[in-house]
Amino acid sequence: MSILVNKDTKVIVQGFTGSEGTFHAEQCLAYGTKIVGGVTPNKGGETHLGKPVFNTVKEAVAATGATVSMVFVPPAFVADAVMEAADAGIELAVIITEGAPVRDMQMAKAYATKKNMKTIGPNCPGIITAEECKIGIMPGNIFKKGNVGLISKSGTLTYEGANQVCKEGFGITTAVGIGGDPIIGLSYKQLLPLFEADPETEAIVMIGEIGGDLEIQAAAFIKENITKPVVAFIAGQTAPKGKRMGHAGAIVSGGAGTAKEKMDALEAAGVKVVVSPADIGKAVKEVLSK
Amino acid sequence: MNIHEYQAKQIFAKYGVPTPRGIIANTSDEAVANAKELGGNIWVVKAQIHAGGRGLGGGVKLARSLEEVKTLADEILGMTLVTYQTGPEGKLVQKVYIEEGADIKDELYLGVVLDRAKEMPVIMASTEGGMAIEDVAHDTPEKIIKVAVDPAIGFQGFHGRELVFGLGITDKAEQAKLISFASKLFKVYMENDAEMIEINPLIKTGSGDFLALDGKMGFDDSALYRHPEIEAMRDISEEDADEREAGEYGLSYVSLDGEIGCMVNGAGLAMGTMDTINYMGGTPANFLDVGGKANAQTVAKGFEIILKNPNVKAIFVNIFGGIVRCDRIANGILEATKMVDVHVPVIVRLDGTNAAEAAEILRNANIANVIAATDLADGAAKAVKAAKGEN
Ligand SMILES: Nc1ncnc2c1ncn2[C@@H]1O[C@H](COP(=O)(O)OP(=O)(O)OP(=O)(O)O)[C@@H](O)[C@H]1O
Ligand SMILES: [Mg+2]
Repeated sequence: MSILVNKDTKVIVQGFTGSEGTFHAEQCLAYGTKIVGGVTPNKGGETHLGKPVFNTVKEAVAATGATVSMVFVPPAFVADAVMEAADAGIELAVIITEGAPVRDMQMAKAYATKKNMKTIGPNCPGIITAEECKIGIMPGNIFKKGNVGLISKSGTLTYEGANQVCKEGFGITTAVGIGGDPIIGLSYKQLLPLFEADPETEAIVMIGEIGGDLEIQAAAFIKENITKPVVAFIAGQTAPKGKRMGHAGAIVSGGAGTAKEKMDALEAAGVKVVVSPADIGKAVKEVLSK
Repeated sequence: MNIHEYQAKQIFAKYGVPTPRGIIANTSDEAVANAKELGGNIWVVKAQIHAGGRGLGGGVKLARSLEEVKTLADEILGMTLVTYQTGPEGKLVQKVYIEEGADIKDELYLGVVLDRAKEMPVIMASTEGGMAIEDVAHDTPEKIIKVAVDPAIGFQGFHGRELVFGLGITDKAEQAKLISFASKLFKVYMENDAEMIEINPLIKTGSGDFLALDGKMGFDDSALYRHPEIEAMRDISEEDADEREAGEYGLSYVSLDGEIGCMVNGAGLAMGTMDTINYMGGTPANFLDVGGKANAQTVAKGFEIILKNPNVKAIFVNIFGGIVRCDRIANGILEATKMVDVHVPVIVRLDGTNAAEAAEILRNANIANVIAATDLADGAAKAVKAAKGEN
């Protein structure tokens, strides 16, 4: 089992024929992901990587029955692409694109929510169900199948965490890179219950960062709803206090979003918090052998 | 990207957000000429730096004569202004804004910023404006009124009413003026892809008018491509030279005061590496994210920037090769050590795709300075040791 995606998930790629889209779609295909086609306006009717290209997401969905889209569209057009996917009935858009304007993503996310489309990202490595389906840019070979779910804001820490879990002899059910932009799709709070409900997932690794309060919300949620053991690391304990301008950031969030604040909240929720990412693997071993 | 107060006020003026009249000056002579042009008999000389807390730091002064304008401008121009928002090194003042003195009856606070939790912009207002606003937010959060505005519907009448009733403004003419003020400010925020706008203080004058006495604006860097007129307001002298140079090569760099230089791919792992060094008893000299495309050129540039810092006693290169193969990065590191004179020990941890081959390459190269590490913990431990002169 897994969450959100598996070997039967039908995926289209928006921005299929661009250099990024091509490179990573090829890697995903090699991993076994069921990519059934792609969308590039004005290239409809062509074949790319052996898969059909469509002008619009609607056409692609009608012809292939795809439910997930992997989005590689450049930042200036990415919101448009995400809204197109939502409009066409896509159920989950995985947005890899980095550098999308915040205002655009705000609008795209609001529309996706209205259309009941889930989103992951932007600016993220994507989602992978080990040895079944990789939708994103992560190196597939480090994700061995196993019993640990992983949620991370940071791309490289996703790899670091998964690698350690596997080196300790465990493996991954599904790993989700949620991205660290101001506006993101699925976050800890939405993903944790999916892992809780997944019979194969026995422990959850959650990797966060300074800034914002998603980890604090997650802590409150874990306390009330999660029975499986959770291991957490928050990056940025030694990050310098940023030079800043004005007071608005500090006023709006209430808290400062420091690593300490988040670590304390998670610890209070019964989470096993590690101070160095080098200890993630060991901590997973510890909670799983209890 | 941030801009100066005088530039923010230029943008405000374009949208009809009322501000006092003012003119920017580079020299004290210009300051006097500006004061003359503005007329009146009371002016404010304001240091232009990208940080708040200028008033408390001595960068905002009242002048009651042209001579005083001259004296104050001479004093403020060229000073290194240290405020609680600049960091201890402060910021050099290169421009002063000469503004007509305003008749302040009340000091309010008005800001617009993204509320990440609500996923929409929120207008924040308070009657307790002025220089201690963060204390107000901390001690008496109920005195800060927050009104989230869904961009899909824009600023509506009810948003305005929530604001003025929340602030306890009962005079109908004043209500109308403040609602109009806030609605225009929201427009400034949306149309310019601002990240934050802050007016502290927003004043009510003796005659019941509202004026933006201060103006701070930051912008979403990802949206600057569609605002060339704002991009043109960039003041590179406000940015750290090394950070800027790194940025030109696609590297993200922040200098710190420790001894171990760090070169890492990905911001999360970079912070995690600093945390690990710290945990093991060392001190990071910098944050450096080489991004997804670590190659010989970017690594060489990284070494160069890290080594500009004389405190660096060892460098920890921590790369988790994803799609990029580790053996290629290893070769890149070797090449880079030829391009730059690296005179401190370099601890290299390469993990991920082809990590074993990479370790082999480093071992065979047999460069005295280059020490291979097997994982993050091992690398950090070796770096901490090396920085202490142990081996
Ligand atoms: N044109 C003016 N006329 C009269 N007083 C002024 C004027 N401009 C500023 N002041 C006074 O100087 C104080 C400090 O100025 P300002 O708010 O612009 O800078 P700041 O200290 O950097 O702001 P902050 O504390 O919000 O970071 C104001 O609170 C106000 O009392
Ligand atoms: Mg102010």
